[in-house]
Amino acid sequence: MIDSIAQQPMLAALIALVSLGIVFGALLGFAAEKFRVQGDPIVEQIDNLLPQTQCGQCGFPGCRPYAQSIADGDAINKCPPGGQNTINAIANLLDVPAPALDEEHGEEEEIKTIAYIREDECIGCTKCIQACPVDAILGAAKLMHTVIVSECTGCDLCIEPCPVDCIDMLPVVQGIVQWHWPTPPTTIDLIATSKMSSQEDAA
Amino acid sequence: MSRTWETPGGVHPPENKSQSMTQSIGHLPIPGTLVIPLHQHIGSPSKIDVTIGQTVLKGQTLTTATHSNNLPVHASTSGTVIAIDDQPVAHPSGLNAPCVTIASDGRDQWIEHVGVTDFRGCGPLDLLQIITDAGIAGMGGAGFPSAIKLSPSKDKAIDTLIINATECEPYITADDAAIREKAQDLIQGIEVVCHILNDPKRVVIGIEDNKPQAIKALRSYIQESPIEIVPFPTKYPSGGEKQLIYILTGREVPSGGLPIDLGMVCLNIGTLIAIKRAVIDGEPLISRITTVTGEACGVNRNYEVLIGTPISHLLTHNEFDENNCSRLIMGGPMMGFSLTSTDVPVVKTTNCILAPGHSEIPADTPAQACIRCGLCAEACPVSLLPQQLFWYAQSKDQERLEAHNLFDCIECGACSYVCPSNIPLVQHYRSSKGEIRKANIDKIDADNARQRFEFRKLRLEQADEQRQAKREARRLVTEQARATSNTSQPGSSAADIIAAAQQRAMIKQASPEQQKAKFERALLAAQSRLQEAEKRLIEATANGSKQQQIICSASVESARQKVDQTQYRLRELTD
Amino acid sequence: MAFKQISSPHGHNPQSTSWIMQLVLLSTLPGFLALSYQFGWGTFINLIIAVVTSLIAEAAILALRNRPIAFYLKDYSAAVTAVLLALALPPLAPWWVVVVGSLFAIVVAKQLYGGIGYNPFNPAMVGYVVLLISFPIEMTTWVTPISLLSEGVNHPGLWKSLSIVFAGNTPIDGVTGATPLDVFKHSSGLVVDQIYQRETLFNQASFAGVGWEWVNVGFLIGGIILLKTRIFTWHAPLAMLGTLALMSILFWDGGSSASRGSPVMHLFNGASMMGAFFILTDPVSSAVSNRGRLIYGSLIGLLVYVIRAWGNYPDAVAFAVLLGNFAAPFIDNYTLPRTYGHTDRRKATDKGEDE
Repeated sequence: MIDSIAQQPMLAALIALVSLGIVFGALLGFAAEKFRVQGDPIVEQIDNLLPQTQCGQCGFPGCRPYAQSIADGDAINKCPPGGQNTINAIANLLDVPAPALDEEHGEEEEIKTIAYIREDECIGCTKCIQACPVDAILGAAKLMHTVIVSECTGCDLCIEPCPVDCIDMLPVVQGIVQWHWPTPPTTIDLIATSKMSSQEDAA
Repeated sequence: MSRTWETPGGVHPPENKSQSMTQSIGHLPIPGTLVIPLHQHIGSPSKIDVTIGQTVLKGQTLTTATHSNNLPVHASTSGTVIAIDDQPVAHPSGLNAPCVTIASDGRDQWIEHVGVTDFRGCGPLDLLQIITDAGIAGMGGAGFPSAIKLSPSKDKAIDTLIINATECEPYITADDAAIREKAQDLIQGIEVVCHILNDPKRVVIGIEDNKPQAIKALRSYIQESPIEIVPFPTKYPSGGEKQLIYILTGREVPSGGLPIDLGMVCLNIGTLIAIKRAVIDGEPLISRITTVTGEACGVNRNYEVLIGTPISHLLTHNEFDENNCSRLIMGGPMMGFSLTSTDVPVVKTTNCILAPGHSEIPADTPAQACIRCGLCAEACPVSLLPQQLFWYAQSKDQERLEAHNLFDCIECGACSYVCPSNIPLVQHYRSSKGEIRKANIDKIDADNARQRFEFRKLRLEQADEQRQAKREARRLVTEQARATSNTSQPGSSAADIIAAAQQRAMIKQASPEQQKAKFERALLAAQSRLQEAEKRLIEATANGSKQQQIICSASVESARQKVDQTQYRLRELTD
Repeated sequence: MAFKQISSPHGHNPQSTSWIMQLVLLSTLPGFLALSYQFGWGTFINLIIAVVTSLIAEAAILALRNRPIAFYLKDYSAAVTAVLLALALPPLAPWWVVVVGSLFAIVVAKQLYGGIGYNPFNPAMVGYVVLLISFPIEMTTWVTPISLLSEGVNHPGLWKSLSIVFAGNTPIDGVTGATPLDVFKHSSGLVVDQIYQRETLFNQASFAGVGWEWVNVGFLIGGIILLKTRIFTWHAPLAMLGTLALMSILFWDGGSSASRGSPVMHLFNGASMMGAFFILTDPVSSAVSNRGRLIYGSLIGLLVYVIRAWGNYPDAVAFAVLLGNFAAPFIDNYTLPRTYGHTDRRKATDKGEDE
């Protein structure tokens, strides 16, 4: 048997290659099963990078749907609350160039704001409670409402439905605990500002 | 002579310590008002005990601790509380924080206090309670509550007590002066702490060799005792807790860990003297030794200062020349922070007020580019690569910053000090640390928001489903009602939901027997109420109160109507 | 009264970047003097052309980039680049060679990458390599050392030198010649002793090669001054010289015809000392940690030897340094120092928490 195969080079080669194929195929299959990477699906990872304000400024009802849409190939620059940092992080994750924020969806705010209800003007209509995507407003019909500060994401969605306009978006108070040193200005900025001020002095 | 180890890096800035050591520790007149910040230590804030207008005595508590990690603060002198509000405090931000302001009455009258006569007879926990109640926090820098440091830990026994007499910062001589003049108090403090720690195996005083007089003073007191005095070469920053531990023991506190992980505890000179005063004299922590120095001050000297004394009070008593002051620093030149106003009060951690002249510490020149010369890496006491950290701080690459161990940076300032390009490296690191911490908090908030959002979505979906089910049930019921002209009988038809809905409808129309029983019960109740009301009416007429009579007769009338109504219904049903 | 909010530390070491640069410039003086003594006015002329070109180029690019010109010129970094390039170029090279080299070093290798502190490659060496590849003839024509000039022949004087450099006049015969490394490389088939006997460059030398040995000693002195003033650490230069010495000992084989030259010849010829102390130690383009610098220095030492012994070029410092620059970020990744409180070293690309 072996002799006869050995005398048929074509057959020998065929058998050798097929058996090699089978062996390595099995090996690869085994390795793929055994060492499978249990990574987060990409949607999960994108969702993790989004700021979770659930504001809908991107045009999707919440952060997760937008994450799904990005995974399906949507633009990554539609999230104003996340701003450039979020865009950079997603770009990094997806290994694509980071575009600037799409201004159509809103501008990035410097300071985080949070909703405050002027409580004596509130008529207790519950409309804002229904609008709040994260259940951060407390209250009942005909009773005063209030915002749970620590839960508010600053999404703005409660402002529009309020019939008496008693909700304000106020900047978060920077206390002594939250304070940290700002980044020092660059030398170029420093020299530019000192030049400007000296010009002003001269003028 | 014990062996010492040498830390990597370090710098030798001009010491400038002699200026403030020409005189002994001084005392200042009591300031007119004292501003006592309510939160002078690491840990959560505590509850305010006093009200505006209240008179307080020296040593009286102003706040009580509400949690094991917070400390009370005390009135530093007797007087009246005139305000409880936000005032500028000793913090680099220059922001305000809650303070109690006391107008002193000048009598400086102590509240009644007694010390422990024999501390060796007390249990460690009692002594720790005394230390907590005295409001003692680490007086070297961060202000960590001392009692927590000394508390026995379950998994690690403390076998080494390290006393930090290093004082490596230039200019500051508060500890040096305290050792020279209060060595006895210090030794007693050490004895108390040793008792609390159940006599640790090794007690070491680490001190830089630039304080020969202090070393001599200590030696004269501890000839007999097993306390070791270990002088080592002067180098900044040897006084950092982690650096000192390495110098004295050759061991390193694990990253993110505490000295307790090595079975060690490290205390500052001022803290030990405060512990002695708290335990033996019964006095809470209301004063500390502070160095007032710098060319802008005519007098350079150490003072025993009441906590809450405004800096302006210290400065005016030291011939402060505002025009020659380039900046105002609380703490030393290497790690101290700049104050934006002189209204800031002295707190438990204020070891120095430095008012340098314009030539002494000139304004910073603009930073040049980093040429990665590596002088900073040579100076770093924890072997970081400051030039790389700076590089990544500029690009805000938080991942790389953490990989380069940014959070092991002790912010000693050695790198900025040697940087030939004058780059404010430490500020870059502080800012990056703050941003990373904020990013972590934001991440938690975002996860929280996501959870709430998803929960809300789920809830809305469920509510929607329920509403739909109800609507479906109602529709079925009406259909059935139309189909069978009879009143509803339990339907033999389909879904469970429908059956349930029908059952609910059923209950509303109970059987005649049940209804009869119900009305009979109601009748009985109404009759008893009528009797009651009649009785009250009789009483009221007996009392002769007109108004009572009217009310009672009205209730009798309404009760009688109720009885009539029920009787009528009952009759209707039985017919 | 309000005071300024300033981050600690307050106060500062008086040493500044421009001071460091000035010190580096001063330390090139012994090397420069040796070069001038041995090879005449050429090096001085190179120096002037290079410095002027570099400063003008730097100022022009800074203006284009909208950067404060005076502020950056005052750091002397352009001058250092120019001086190092000028010292590496052959004396009496045509002026345009120096200008092209300086322009390339400052404009392309330095400013286009972001200016001082951001250049991944040593600008002077980039300029040198560009010239070496583009103008091989001009770059390999060296002047004969003074002691080997034949009777009646002198190095051209200042005016004569200027005319050679600017007007393209050719120097008289006997003023230009080969370098010891050239001679050694092109004498294959002879045992070392024969080379040494035949070639005046070697047989009249004190220990390594006429003229060149003193130039290298000059740079060695400058380097020791910089080491003493702690401008840089010993790690990179010593590792480079050590590796170069080690390699040449390994392949010395007693001086047979296959020998690649003695350690002394390698250490004190060509740009060995200048490279070790003035080029490798350029902090911007080298590795950052001390351990990294050891590896970086050794790598360059190895490459210098490999290219000198088996490559096409007689000297190799410029190529070796550029290859080392390429490797520096990679070396950095694996050579972070162990931080206090950590049991292991980390990699710069580590993610998340400890290990």
